[in-house]
Amino acid sequence: MKYIEEFRDPDLAQGLARAIRAEARADHAYRFMEFCGGHTHAIARYGVTDLLPANVRMIHGPGCPVCVLPVGKVDEAVALAGLDGMTLCTYADLLRVPGSGYDSLFKARARGADVRMVYSTQDALQIARDNPARQVVFFAIGFETTTPPTAVALTQARAEGLKNFTVHCNHVLTPAAMRAILDGGQDGVEIDGFVGPAHVSAVIGTKAYAPFSDDYGKPVVIAGFEPLDVMQAVLMLIRQVNAGKAVVENEYTRAVSFDGNLKAQALTDTVFRLRDSFAWRGLGDIPDSALSIHDDFADFDAERRFAIDTPTPRENKACACGDVLRGVKTPEDCKLFGSTCTPDNPMGACMVSSEGACAAHWTYGRFREGGRG
Amino acid sequence: MCLAIPARVTQLSDGDMAVVELDGVSKSVSLALVDGVGVGDYVIVHTGYALSRLDEDEAKRTLQLFADMAAAAP
Ligand code: SF4
Repeated sequence: MKYIEEFRDPDLAQGLARAIRAEARADHAYRFMEFCGGHTHAIARYGVTDLLPANVRMIHGPGCPVCVLPVGKVDEAVALAGLDGMTLCTYADLLRVPGSGYDSLFKARARGADVRMVYSTQDALQIARDNPARQVVFFAIGFETTTPPTAVALTQARAEGLKNFTVHCNHVLTPAAMRAILDGGQDGVEIDGFVGPAHVSAVIGTKAYAPFSDDYGKPVVIAGFEPLDVMQAVLMLIRQVNAGKAVVENEYTRAVSFDGNLKAQALTDTVFRLRDSFAWRGLGDIPDSALSIHDDFADFDAERRFAIDTPTPRENKACACGDVLRGVKTPEDCKLFGSTCTPDNPMGACMVSSEGACAAHWTYGRFREGGRG
Repeated sequence: MCLAIPARVTQLSDGDMAVVELDGVSKSVSLALVDGVGVGDYVIVHTGYALSRLDEDEAKRTLQLFADMAAAAP
């Protein structure tokens, strides 16, 4: 068992596709949102939508970490990187995300700022240990999967008494974004259920989704990131809809439990606290949707240690990323898609990361050979 | 960023660290977030940290479920 190839078997995929066609009622339209960019990527890469009947539609959700980071936060990262004696570390995807006026960390680096891409928070810690004369800030982004690794780094930095390591915390919470999607109101998107996150759920457990089934009446099926996982989850959602049920089910039992990773949760609770509000790209200000660093770790909080002043952020008006993240537009609805905006020259955050809806569509779509692009 | 993939633990090292094999490549990852992982176990690695162990019995059950679904479909 290698846990990869087995879950990509084409014959089983055809079998699951037949099962879905048999169970999806012809007189019903099914609209399911895959919350995670990891699922968006798998759906595009393996052509899952081609295997689904026309009345079963997948809607991309906002679960792509760099995509939901608003322009203002990119501007803050650029400003931080420009401070004297500063080394800014962050995950690679963030470097190319355009901020105001298409500035980016990548361009800041070209101007001479010390910007480093790291694979892990351990790498950022090591850069701090190796460069005691410089201030090293880790610009932390991501959902519940990347939060515990940031917590580990902060705990280690405090235990070692590192004086030159700080974190700029932009960690965000999945359930808060799901709620914002469902509360979207008139300009929101109608959905009949969620394909729930894979690895976020490994951390927070299936218990975190009870409000969506119980209060909102929406089925949730947690699914792994391989194509057969997604198809099985779609089948399970169709069955719930047909039966008029709304419960939380778990397709990804090989990695996800009811409680999730309690050790990671406890560490996260020690190191972070809830922010009153956080601005999301596309979803706007959402209360209690993000984390900041706990007072006990104040010395390691870049927001408290370094004063930066950034002008009012300027969005790229032509980029439809915000609507794509809310599920109300598809990448192809954007005029810039594939013409001005490509992964080599992204005009918006959704074209940067392989989990971004625009990048996934462009990379695995047929636009290159087809009529567009 | 979230495209974590399953990796096999090949060696335990000092300070919560371990060596895993990912697509034939050896990589050093942190086990600080998981308890009781041993050599031979498969873990989900995310930004250099193991987040969860993969359960072989559950994986087999899921594969069997796919096969049953596929077989039952007309
Ligand atoms: S194609 Fe580019 S400009 Fe258009 S919504 Fe996507 S990221 Fe934004």
